[in-house]
Amino acid sequence: MVERRRFADILPHVILWVGIAILAFPVYVCFIGSTHEKSLIANGQMPLTPGDLFFETYYKTIFIGTSGTTREPVGQMLLNSFIMASVIACGKIAISIISSFAIVYFKFPLRMAAFWLIFMTLMLPVEVRIYPTYKIAADLNLLDSYAGLTVPLIASATATLFFRQFFQTIPDELIEASKLDGAGPIRFFWDTVLPLSRTNIAALFVILFIYGWNQYLWPLLITTRDNMQTIVIGIKKMIVTSDALTEWNVVMATAMLAMVPPVAVVILMQRWFVKGLVETEK
Amino acid sequence: MEKRAIFSGKLLPYLLLAPQLVITLVFFYWPASQALWQSFLLEDAFGLQSEFVWFENYIHLFQQPDYYRAMMNTLVFSVAVTFLSLSLALLLAVQADKSIRGAGIYRTLLMWPYAVAPAVAGVLWLFMFQPSLGIVARAMRSLGIAWDPLLNGTHAMILVILAATWKQISYNFLFFLAGLQAIPRSVIEAAAIDGARPVRRFWTIIFPLLSPTAFFLLVVNVVYVFFDTFGIIDAVTGGGPSKATETLVYKVYIDGRLGGDLGGSAAQSVILMMIVIALTAVQFRYIERRVTY
Repeated sequence: MVERRRFADILPHVILWVGIAILAFPVYVCFIGSTHEKSLIANGQMPLTPGDLFFETYYKTIFIGTSGTTREPVGQMLLNSFIMASVIACGKIAISIISSFAIVYFKFPLRMAAFWLIFMTLMLPVEVRIYPTYKIAADLNLLDSYAGLTVPLIASATATLFFRQFFQTIPDELIEASKLDGAGPIRFFWDTVLPLSRTNIAALFVILFIYGWNQYLWPLLITTRDNMQTIVIGIKKMIVTSDALTEWNVVMATAMLAMVPPVAVVILMQRWFVKGLVETEK
Repeated sequence: MEKRAIFSGKLLPYLLLAPQLVITLVFFYWPASQALWQSFLLEDAFGLQSEFVWFENYIHLFQQPDYYRAMMNTLVFSVAVTFLSLSLALLLAVQADKSIRGAGIYRTLLMWPYAVAPAVAGVLWLFMFQPSLGIVARAMRSLGIAWDPLLNGTHAMILVILAATWKQISYNFLFFLAGLQAIPRSVIEAAAIDGARPVRRFWTIIFPLLSPTAFFLLVVNVVYVFFDTFGIIDAVTGGGPSKATETLVYKVYIDGRLGGDLGGSAAQSVILMMIVIALTAVQFRYIERRVTY
């Protein structure tokens, strides 16, 4: 900054590290919880240092599950979450990139109508149309299926607007050059638009993968069978109202497993994540 | 901006739009119109017959003390989470912006909670504050603080506010940091040469330049609290104890569950739809303004 004062130089770092510690603390406690005996936790005797049951707890969580109410191993839930998040992210990108391409590069009647129709879905989140949407999914036989978990969530105004905005920055000379070379729209899409969109696709993928992974209300409605539920839903069902029955060590291991993939995606693909986050909001 | 060179094609553009439009119509517009229609119907106890009752569902809704309670809960919840997460994020972003070399590391260490699912965030905080076994609850008890979010409504509300704030700080932090880094250093240096101390510089220069970001985040945070915190509430309190944490969205879910009060639930959905439309309109008006700057 502008002045140089020793105290003023150190203070920001102190504040930041306190902030980092507060943000990390719940996850630290969660990890500790996943390495101790369940009875130790239930008695309120859990120390603040890791126990020695790390491998045991995670093995039980992934391959066996809790011994109580939901007996589904978390491995299956992880797989469901992976499938759901990947299909939603890829599906949203695929259908949005082609619809933006149609809206930006073609002139046809109803073009603006189509644009507004997509745009207005921003105002209709699942939460405001819970039961009618559920009923349609049920009528279409989509309950307890991967299609039911993903397809209704694949339409995306955000992604369409994002690609539309990007396409408008592609210089018109490229289309003209492409046309001179005799390329049609599909060729232009594959050879020019798609390669240029690579970083945008990556940025969007990170955001949408997290969006898909963290879905809660929709999978809660659409899945009834334990082996179809996602990890975020499964974790809630493991918490029994009467505390004595909740196997908190397994719950905490499940929470860790539910956090690791999206957090890893954010940290490892940080550059794309920040780009995607900032630009999809414009 | 219109493209000058445009392809001609009769069928192709419709084919390209078809998947998006089909999903939009089937899973967005059709259910939304169903909700609107149902909000004017009254079903009998067996769901066999329904009668068109005009605004009866709405009138009934506004006669329920529970609905006002849910409104109040939503209001308290969104004001608290928005205020806390925005101010804490701003504090952290201003500090991170000061450290030129460390900003990248701090950004990495502060942004990851964004990726945690709301429901999982709720479970983490429940585990710490669970009255009989939570590590923080235990510490509070040894300090003589009575704490029971499972029985005390205020405590339950505090717990969901904490979990929701924890998750939202990183999002606000990223946007504030980006906003701060976009402010030219020369402006701040000029003020320093004129003798403005850091605190003065913050309130007279940095804060006004940051206000578009802050306003944008305000709207986004309200939308987040309204809709995305469903998972936190369902996992931590289930709307309880005795509806102390039941928000508007949660009430739609509870009232319509198991084919309960579908008309009432639909009427609530319609009111929520109007709230989202208003919020989105505010957000886009603001974006329009920013473009003309």
